[in-house]
Amino acid sequence: MTGVRVSMTVNGVEYTRDVEPRTLLVYFLREHLGLTGTHVGCDTSTCGACTVLMDGKAVKSCTVLAVQAEGARITTVEGLARDGELHPIQQAFWDEHGLQCGFCTPGMMLAAVDLLQRNPNPTEEEIRHALEGNLCRCTGYQHIVNAVKAASRMMGAAVGAPAGGE
Amino acid sequence: MIPATFEYVRARSVREAISLLQQHGGRAKLLAGGHSLLPLMKLRLSQPEMLIDLGPVDELRGIREEGGSLVIGALTTHDEVANSPLVRERVPLLAECASQIGDVQVRNRGTIGGNLAHADPAADYPAAVLALEAQMECEGPAGSRTVPASQWFVDLLTTALGPDEVLCRVRVPVQTKGQGWSYIKLPHPASGYSLLGVACLVTVDGGVCRDARVAVTGAGPKAVRLTKVEQALVGKRLEEAAVAEAARLASDGLEATDDLYASAEYKRHLAVVYTKRALLRAAERAAG
Amino acid sequence: MAVTQVFGARVRRREDPRLIRGTATYTDDVTLPGLCYAAFVRSPHAHARIRRVDTSRARSAPGVLGVFTMQDLEGKVNPIPCGWQVPNCDLKTPPHPPLARDKVRFVGDAVAVVVAESRAQAYDAAALVEVEYEVLPAVVDMEAALQSTTLVHEDVPHNRVLLWSVKGGDFEAAAREPGVRVVRQRLVNQRLIPNAMETRAATAQYNPGTGELTLWVTSQNPHIARVILSGVLSFPEHKLRVIAPEVGGGFGSKIPVYPEEAVVAHLATRLARPVKWAETRRENYLATIHGRDHITDAEMAVRPDGTVVGLRVRTLANFGAYLSTAAPAIPTILYGLVLSGPYRIPNIECEVTGVFTNTTPTDAYRGAGRPEATYVLERMMDLAARELGLDPAEIRRRNLIPKDQFPYTVATGITYDSGDYARALDRALEILDYPKVRAEQAAARQQGRYLGVGLSTYVEICGAGPSKVVGSTGFAGGLWESAVVRFSPTGKVTVFTGTSPHGQGEETTFAQIVSHELGVPLDDVEVLHGDTDSILMGWGTYGSRTTPVGGTAVYLAAQKVKEKAKRIAAHQLEVSADDLVFENGRFHVRGAPDRGMTIQEVALQAYLAWNLPEGMEPGLEGQANWDPSNFVFPFGTHACVVEVDPETGQVRILRYVAVDDCGRVINPLIVDGQVHGGIVQGVAQALWEGARYDPAGNLLTGSMAEYAVPKASWLPRLECDRTETPTPVNPLGVKGVGETGTIAATPCVVNAVMDALSPLGIRHLDMPLWPERVWRAIRQAKGGAA
Repeated sequence: MTGVRVSMTVNGVEYTRDVEPRTLLVYFLREHLGLTGTHVGCDTSTCGACTVLMDGKAVKSCTVLAVQAEGARITTVEGLARDGELHPIQQAFWDEHGLQCGFCTPGMMLAAVDLLQRNPNPTEEEIRHALEGNLCRCTGYQHIVNAVKAASRMMGAAVGAPAGGE
Repeated sequence: MIPATFEYVRARSVREAISLLQQHGGRAKLLAGGHSLLPLMKLRLSQPEMLIDLGPVDELRGIREEGGSLVIGALTTHDEVANSPLVRERVPLLAECASQIGDVQVRNRGTIGGNLAHADPAADYPAAVLALEAQMECEGPAGSRTVPASQWFVDLLTTALGPDEVLCRVRVPVQTKGQGWSYIKLPHPASGYSLLGVACLVTVDGGVCRDARVAVTGAGPKAVRLTKVEQALVGKRLEEAAVAEAARLASDGLEATDDLYASAEYKRHLAVVYTKRALLRAAERAAG
Repeated sequence: MAVTQVFGARVRRREDPRLIRGTATYTDDVTLPGLCYAAFVRSPHAHARIRRVDTSRARSAPGVLGVFTMQDLEGKVNPIPCGWQVPNCDLKTPPHPPLARDKVRFVGDAVAVVVAESRAQAYDAAALVEVEYEVLPAVVDMEAALQSTTLVHEDVPHNRVLLWSVKGGDFEAAAREPGVRVVRQRLVNQRLIPNAMETRAATAQYNPGTGELTLWVTSQNPHIARVILSGVLSFPEHKLRVIAPEVGGGFGSKIPVYPEEAVVAHLATRLARPVKWAETRRENYLATIHGRDHITDAEMAVRPDGTVVGLRVRTLANFGAYLSTAAPAIPTILYGLVLSGPYRIPNIECEVTGVFTNTTPTDAYRGAGRPEATYVLERMMDLAARELGLDPAEIRRRNLIPKDQFPYTVATGITYDSGDYARALDRALEILDYPKVRAEQAAARQQGRYLGVGLSTYVEICGAGPSKVVGSTGFAGGLWESAVVRFSPTGKVTVFTGTSPHGQGEETTFAQIVSHELGVPLDDVEVLHGDTDSILMGWGTYGSRTTPVGGTAVYLAAQKVKEKAKRIAAHQLEVSADDLVFENGRFHVRGAPDRGMTIQEVALQAYLAWNLPEGMEPGLEGQANWDPSNFVFPFGTHACVVEVDPETGQVRILRYVAVDDCGRVINPLIVDGQVHGGIVQGVAQALWEGARYDPAGNLLTGSMAEYAVPKASWLPRLECDRTETPTPVNPLGVKGVGETGTIAATPCVVNAVMDALSPLGIRHLDMPLWPERVWRAIRQAKGGAA
């Protein structure tokens, strides 16, 4: 099977693998790199469970080919914590009960990180609007919104410190 | 969920992309942000044998101002257009439109070139580029050519782009002082595409409308200008009654398709309502 | 960590660290050496005979290890049984083969399975399986199905799967009472797609050496799956290990045992390699059960003062193409028996006709029967109010069961445990500021704006349940629950529960119970669930039973531990047990507080066994299998304010108020979360969701791009409050709360929209209240003018 060689940095570690071109980034992360924290929830690019940061921006990794991520810096949920210390978004989701079954949570948190980078002090409406690409069936979103607000407070007014894969 | 097998090649320049398209004929498709193409491929509704990735082609990126227009590289993402200070200042209609495409993640990857080349009937950009009378700059084996927006959208998912051509840039005249504008849409609740979207650009002088451009997307097979509405506005003051009367013409002869969520009749009705609302918003902006 | 009051505390969840770090293992995350992948070949036709299956091209495709049809499974994988065969309703139980044998009965019905080395190869090869179908007419509409000569199952005449009824009192007589009027309405409760964020998956591994078969599966009830699968696979139950690892939501859709799970488990034994299967979302829409799908003709007999004297209901319930595991009970037991809701309606009659159609099978979906009942009842209350010119809050108040009449037996024979319905109604109206909202509504109407206020007062039946009772309703099992609370020698506690939470937070709430009862720090308590190897037997998580039933079992097991610990402490401190006080995790002699032992010290002593009371066995653990005497009945009132845009028919929710009573609350944060999630699903049914089929049986809403699952920006902040009326049914006083939001919200929102449209003379609109539907009704009411 002719593969294409692809290299990318994921959570600060560089990986090089041979992949079929049709390999979606989400499957590359889950199956080739064993990082199963990023989840597959749909097949129409709707649900956002697969959201990761690619060069600092939230993208749906089910709609990116691994080969398109050549040379990119990827951050998955596994890369949010630094030296075992939780990222404020993780701490906030925990404190505010922003998750129930946890399946949408990795993608939701990374979308929130993207938001807080652009808008460190978002209003409730801005948070809800920014999370339109992430579906949750369990929480009804209210505690998620609380969590994003709490993270925003924790991170202060400074531009958010995302784990940008650096 | 998993696309069928395909060959993959990265183009390093527009010239190379063209050459690859010529070489591989109908087997190959261009890949930009992938947010129109990859979803189709994952459902196996599209099974190109080869993908030519334009990703590395940096000459297709960037936004610059030139001779009264903004020139936007085809690979510029929706997020970049929506948040570019230059676009927001010079062509705010385009920024407003881009900011409503899909969701944050889609906007971080989807490109203006990909969106316009694919021309989904419910895409947002088509309405804006029609109202702005933008021009699509393409390159192909025969050289460069420019296609005005009015000739770009040919039919359902069909544009004027030739099979060996690459859409390289979108050239958009800057908006002027005294122009009002808006893009509003009713998003499809599941897909986020435009169930109906109206873009309008009005030029107001001394309180009177001198020029109006109104375009609708989402109703039928392609986005269209609402010329009857436009003509009815010229010479009028953009007040509620006159706007409502002109907007009523939006459904006149408007091609609309029945689909699961909305009937053609309802879409025509929405066209009237949203045209009115978009124009009133534009009028507000023109005045203030 | 000092042990403080944890019962009732907003404690952060113990589940979360692994979930927020992305280190949790869901079924599709399971990796094993030699893992191969399965993909199912599914029928594109709703009804067809299978003429021929040609697997030759698929078998020779790259990476393929095998392609199997029902012929290959005959005698090895038995039909999937129905686990809740409700009696006395002429229930038909046609077999449900694991793969379609000679006929396919719905779009998505699995015909063959491909196993290959990689996921992609399995997909590719599945597309190469050629099936020759003889397409048959499909029955999709229930009323047409009952009249049709086309039979979904040959042995089921008229496609009628059951005819069930319940009767309490005499509706006819009540309706004939002078002055009583009968309000009539046809109500459709549309089919819904559960959409748990994780689609279904199964990973199976067989060890030929030990003869053990392990199945990781997205199940809400691994023990039930194990029992059923051991029969389906003719595999000894004690050698079958079923593990529900992290499960990404269920809402009832992961209760049933499905054909794919049985087939995957079988393939692992056949190929002697671990096999994984994971649904795509579009597959999930076809092959995972749907919910609701009723058509009801309702009649409510009501006196001029608003007293409801009777409710008679005839319902058609769509079962889809096959009987799913719990399906027969949903539109019967869990529906008809609670039709009187929180009201003193003395005459209830309900007749339900279950219908087979060529559509995806239906089963329990959040609320399972109770949302359907509450929708009927609460819409009829509003319609009655309207016909009588009564305020909708007032008509409810006049009919609510008063608080001093509990336990209260309703007309259908169910006994409600405890309640103070009027208090919840009052509280909701207070939070809403009902008079002010009505005044705002009137002012808005003057300006041509359409505001509406909706209410729903509800009670629901959950916490299943008393085994004898459920057994008598045809459930092929008990609904007691198991718990083991075990100290380790170093004083840590492990709790084993037969429930199977998948987001509901019982790893935390059960730890709170134990921490509270045994005085151990919360961090020293570990709650385990989901693995049939470590938990003898249990019945799983659904129907809001986990805390009332499972939590009680945990509590009782903890009491046994405390009892034994006390006797050991008494013995070692040389006093009688009555002279001991237990406080903050320590036993001490009454009046001599420095003479004592911590419970951890007692635990160590229990395992050392150097000095135990005569005849006492070493160790310190307690087991309790608790069978409740009754279900439990949470209740409340929801209220909302909506605005309808008359130009487009769009509905916007301006305010949503919920006052719910689930008895005593162990963790308010978790309870709030359950209420929020439930409300959003209930609102979604009213306004946005609905599975649609075309006449040929194709699912038109075939993906998340067509079926509208709510997004964060669609709702305002929910205003939630609580009352707390403990239940006498269990010692904790807790009721369930996982489904109340869904049950209450749907009619609340529909009532609000209809209230907004009432000045236009629009009486009723079916759900979902999509903009076009509302717009057309407005247009028609205004005589055609847009």
